Amino acid sequence: MSETMLDVRVWRGGDAGAFQTFAVPRRANQTVLDVVFWIQRHRDPTLAFRYACRVGMCGSCAMTVNGRPRWTCRTHVARVTNAGRLTVAPLRNLPVIKDLAADLAPFFAKWTKAEGRFMPKAGLGPDFAVVPPESRERRAADAGIECIGCAVCYAACDVVAWNPDYLGPAALNRAWTLVNDIRDGSPTRLKSVAGDAGCHACHGQEGCRRHCPKHLDPTGSIAGLKRASALAALKGEL
Amino acid sequence: MNTRVESLFWLAQRASAAILAVCVAVHLGTMILAVRGGLTAAEILGRVRGSAAWEVFYWVFALAVAVHAPLGLRAILREWADWRGPSLEGATALAALALAVFGIRAVAGLIG
Repeated sequence: MSETMLDVRVWRGGDAGAFQTFAVPRRANQTVLDVVFWIQRHRDPTLAFRYACRVGMCGSCAMTVNGRPRWTCRTHVARVTNAGRLTVAPLRNLPVIKDLAADLAPFFAKWTKAEGRFMPKAGLGPDFAVVPPESRERRAADAGIECIGCAVCYAACDVVAWNPDYLGPAALNRAWTLVNDIRDGSPTRLKSVAGDAGCHACHGQEGCRRHCPKHLDPTGSIAGLKRASALAALKGEL
Repeated sequence: MNTRVESLFWLAQRASAAILAVCVAVHLGTMILAVRGGLTAAEILGRVRGSAAWEVFYWVFALAVAVHAPLGLRAILREWADWRGPSLEGATALAALALAVFGIRAVAGLIG
């Protein structure tokens, strides 16, 4: 492909589909999402994909770009193109709705299974709870709290591919932030995230950490859950 | 398998791995450093036979293997062969028992 054009292969259809090739003009500072937009506006208005904020906050626009899961609104074409070629596909490990839009329902169902919501302790009192910023728990929670739910880690994880029941890095990372929230009082969260479909299934390959666009470390969070659940098991609290 | 047992199995595998790291290093280190007249059965038996310290060491080694290896096999079988449930737990226990028996027999034969 020439220096002024990109050779872009885009997935079309559902789980069963095929790649369609488009020639897209190159632009300075062009992102992968810009490329997909260009195709929709100038070549095929039926191309389906998901996006919202376009500034790396909402986690909606993740796709597989040249074989790796990425947030497309913050991924510059110049950084990922392979000799002017781009292959854009929906996220792995999720059903495909149409074209580049993956169905995130199973991903968020696992957040629910992992008790990924705040459950306040009884007796917190009427005033604001004070969580010391330098405390060990607060720092552990802070390290994982910036997750935007983009499912890049879920698509990158081989354990999810092998074991469809596995809760996955994002849900487990969320559970770990709540285990470290001193205001949270769920008595069952560790039970929900331990075991064959939970933290103990993780191999520690760090695909999630490597691909996370927010540079979080879900593998570290999962290791924390392993330690916490083992300790709880020893104390007879699991 | 409930989550409490699953968490304790994880702990057992980690703890046995830590023990095995030391045991394997001592075992291989001894093989490499202590050999004088070639790696022969006679020289090995001359070194370890009747030694209470080596007996304790190899008991610990054999039992750590009997804990560690079946738990690893169990994880692989669950993931690769999709084998779960009571039959897998039984097979894991059987593998642990077999490894413990073979290991202890070998130690008994070595120490005399």
